[in-house]
Amino acid sequence: MSLLEIADLKVAFPGPTGPVNAVNGVSLRIESGQTLAILGESGSGKSVTAQAVTGILDVPPATVSGSVQLRGRELLTLSRKQRERVSGEEIGMVFQDAMAALNPVFTVGHQIVEVLRVRRGMSRADARRRAVELVDRVRIPAAKDRMRDYPHQFSGGMRQRIMIALAIALEPDLLIADEPTTALDVTVQAQVMELLAEIQRDSGMGLLLITHDLGVVAEVADDVAVMYAGRIVERGTVEQIFAGPAHPYTEGLLNSMPRVDRRDEQLYAIPGAPPNPARLPAGCPFHLRCPRATDECRVVLPPLLALPADRASACHHHEEVLDATRR
Amino acid sequence: MPPGDEVVLRVENLVKHFPVKGRVPFTSGGVVKAVDGVSFDLRRGETLGVVGESGCGKSTLARMLVGLEQPTSGAVRFGTSVVHQARGRELRALRRRIQIVLQDPYTSLNPRRTIREILLQPFEIHPDVLDRRRRIERIKELLDLVGLDPGLHLDRYPHQFSGGQRQRIGIARALALSPDVIVCDEPVSALDVSVQAQVVNLLERLQEELGVAYVFIAHDLSVVRHISDRVAVMYLGKLVETGPEVSLYESPRHPYTRALLSAVPVPDPAGRQGRQRILLAGDPPSPVDPPSGCRFRTRCWQAADTCATTEPPLAAGAHPVACHFPLAA
Ligand SMILES: Nc1ncnc2c1ncn2[C@@H]1O[C@H](COP(=O)(O)OP(=O)(O)OP(=O)(O)O)[C@@H](O)[C@H]1O
Ligand SMILES: Nc1ncnc2c1ncn2[C@@H]1O[C@H](COP(=O)(O)OP(=O)(O)O)[C@@H](O)[C@H]1O
Ligand code: SF4
Ligand code: SF4
Ligand SMILES: [Mg+2]
Ligand SMILES: [Mg+2]
Repeated sequence: MSLLEIADLKVAFPGPTGPVNAVNGVSLRIESGQTLAILGESGSGKSVTAQAVTGILDVPPATVSGSVQLRGRELLTLSRKQRERVSGEEIGMVFQDAMAALNPVFTVGHQIVEVLRVRRGMSRADARRRAVELVDRVRIPAAKDRMRDYPHQFSGGMRQRIMIALAIALEPDLLIADEPTTALDVTVQAQVMELLAEIQRDSGMGLLLITHDLGVVAEVADDVAVMYAGRIVERGTVEQIFAGPAHPYTEGLLNSMPRVDRRDEQLYAIPGAPPNPARLPAGCPFHLRCPRATDECRVVLPPLLALPADRASACHHHEEVLDATRR
Repeated sequence: MPPGDEVVLRVENLVKHFPVKGRVPFTSGGVVKAVDGVSFDLRRGETLGVVGESGCGKSTLARMLVGLEQPTSGAVRFGTSVVHQARGRELRALRRRIQIVLQDPYTSLNPRRTIREILLQPFEIHPDVLDRRRRIERIKELLDLVGLDPGLHLDRYPHQFSGGQRQRIGIARALALSPDVIVCDEPVSALDVSVQAQVVNLLERLQEELGVAYVFIAHDLSVVRHISDRVAVMYLGKLVETGPEVSLYESPRHPYTRALLSAVPVPDPAGRQGRQRILLAGDPPSPVDPPSGCRFRTRCWQAADTCATTEPPLAAGAHPVACHFPLAA
C-alpha cells in the first residue's frame, strides 16, 4: 500500500464562460521516505492538486472527483470534520508565502503550542518545551528567546523555517510543500531544502514537492511528475526525466533553462504561452507549441501511457522523443 | 556587434543612504546604506550582469543609473554629461539615451492605455526625435522587432496580453528612442521558464542588431551567466567582485561569490551526490548597521582579525575582488 495514491483526480471551478478545468485526471503515488516533485509552469494545476489532497479547497464552488487515498483510506468521501483531522495530523503543509500561513497577531511560540495542545492534548509546559525543540530543529538561533516574537519580526527565510516547524509539529506521514523556496534567495533556498531533506531522513516522511524550478527538482526529487494544462504529461524517476525525457514539453523545458555550470550559446524557447484552462485546445493540449505535432495531435488527446522501466508519457510520438533525447 | 572598448556609462563611487523613519524609535537618525560606494564602467554593446541577495541594493542602483533616484554622493557619467546634474535639454537627451525595463510587466504599463498610446508616449515626451507623421510607422517596426504582430496588437490593452508579451511591450517602449543603455531590473523573474527563454533570446538578438548595452540585474545566477559578458557581485551595498563571465563563474575569488554559486541548484541529478555545497549561515546583516571592516565577515568561513578592522578595497584589474584573502584562481 502506498503512502499516498491519487487516481483520476479532477477539479473544476465555475468560470464566466463555463467550467475552468484546473485538474483534468491526475494519477500519482508517493511512498514513505520518498520525494515526488510535481513540476510545471504557472497555472498548470499544481497547487489545486495539492489543495484537493489536503482538503482545503472549498467544495462548492469547486467540484472534485476521483480518488485520494492516504495509506489506503479514501479521503474524498470523508466528512468535513474527519477530513480536517486527517489533514491536520497526518499531512503537513508548507506554502510559498509563510506570511499568509502564519497568524500575524499571535506569537510564533503561541501558534506552535496551540497546535500541540489542541491536537496532541499536551500540557502547556510540555507543549512549550516541544515547541522550543521544534524551532531549534529548524535552526532558528536562540529558539527559546524567539518564541515570543511575531511572524513579522523574522526574515523571509526564517519565517519559511518556522512554517516548516509548524508543519512537522504533529509528525505527519506526508509533507506537501508548495513552492517552499520560490520567494527565497538561493542561499536561503539551499538552507531550507537541506533542512527538509534532513527531516525526511530522520522521520521517513513522504514529501510532495511542488515547484517550477528544474534545478531544485534535480537536486532533491526521487520521482518527477510533469504537469501541463491540468494533466500529468510525463512521469518517471528523476534520472529518467533528466537523462532523456519522453515528452516534448519536458524536452522543451530542459532545453530552455540556462545553467550555472556552463554557458550555452542559445536557449531553446518553447513558442507561445501555456493555454488558458477555460479554453483548452482540441487534441493534445501542447500541440500549438509543439515542434513534433502532427495531424493526429491536433485531434486526438494522447492518454498517459505506461512505458517500459515504469515511466509514462502522454505523447503520441513518445518513441520518437525518446530516441531523440536519450543520451 | 561584439562589445567595443568605448565606455558608454561610467559609474563613480555611487552612494545612496535612505534615512530611517521612526518605525523603531531607537533607530531614528540612522540610515539604510542601500548602495555604498559602487563604481564600474559599462562599454558600448556589452552586458554587465549584477547579482546579489535580496535587499543588497540592486534596484536602488538601477534607479540611480537612469536618474529616477538622486544619489547621496558619487556620479553617473554618460559622455560629457553627469546624469544627476543635467538640466533642461541635456537632461532630456540623457533620458532618451538611458532606458529601464522593470520586473513586473503587470504594473509597469498603464492599464488604461492601448499599446499604440503606450508606444507613442516616448515620442510625445521627445517630439524632436521623430516627425509626427513617421511615428506610427516606427512603433509598428518596434512591435515587429520584439516579435508582436502590429496588425493584431496595436489597439489592445495591456491586460489582453500574457506576461511574456507584456514584457516584450516594455522592451519595445524602452527601445523606442534608440537608447545606448538599457537597465533591466529583474526583467524575466516574473516569467515562466518557457517564456523566460523567449525574452532572454529577444534581448540578445536586439543587442546584436542594435548595439545597445545592458545592465542586467537578476537574482537568478544561471540567467545572468547566460546573458552577461561581465558580472558584478553585490553584497550589502558594495561590489565584492567583478569579472568576465567565464572567469567569475569558473574561478570565483571572493568567498561570497563562491558560496552564492555553490547554492545554485544544477539541473543534473547524476552529479548531486558528490556536489560540494557551501551553506552560508543566516541572512545578510542589516544595511542600517553593516559589520565593520569586511561586510561579509559575519558569514565568512575564513574571516581573520584584519577582516574586522580593515575594509578590503575592490582592487583594479580585469577580475577585481574585495577580499584580504582571495581564493586561489
Ligand atoms: N479558486 C479558484 N477559482 C477559479 N479558478 C481557479 C481557482 N484556483 C485556481 N484556479 C485556476 O486553476 C488553474 C490552476 O491553478 P493552480 O494555482 O493550481 O496553478 P499552479 O500551477 O500552481 O500555478 P502557480 O504556479 O501560478 O501557482 C489556474 O488557471 C487558476 O487560475
Ligand atoms: N525608499 C526607501 N527607504 C528606506 N529604505 C529603502 C528604500 N528603498 C530601498 N531601501 C532599502 O535599501 C536596501 C536595498 O534595497 P533594494 O535596492 O530595493 O534591494 P534589491 O533590489 O536588491 O532587493 C534594502 O535594505 C531596502 O529595504
Ligand atoms: S502528442 Fe503531439 S502535440 Fe502532443 S506532445 Fe506529443 S508530439 Fe507534441
Ligand atoms: S576580507 Fe576576510 S571576511 Fe571578507 S571575504 Fe575576505 S576573508 Fe572573508
Ligand atoms: Mg501554485
Ligand atoms: Mg529589487
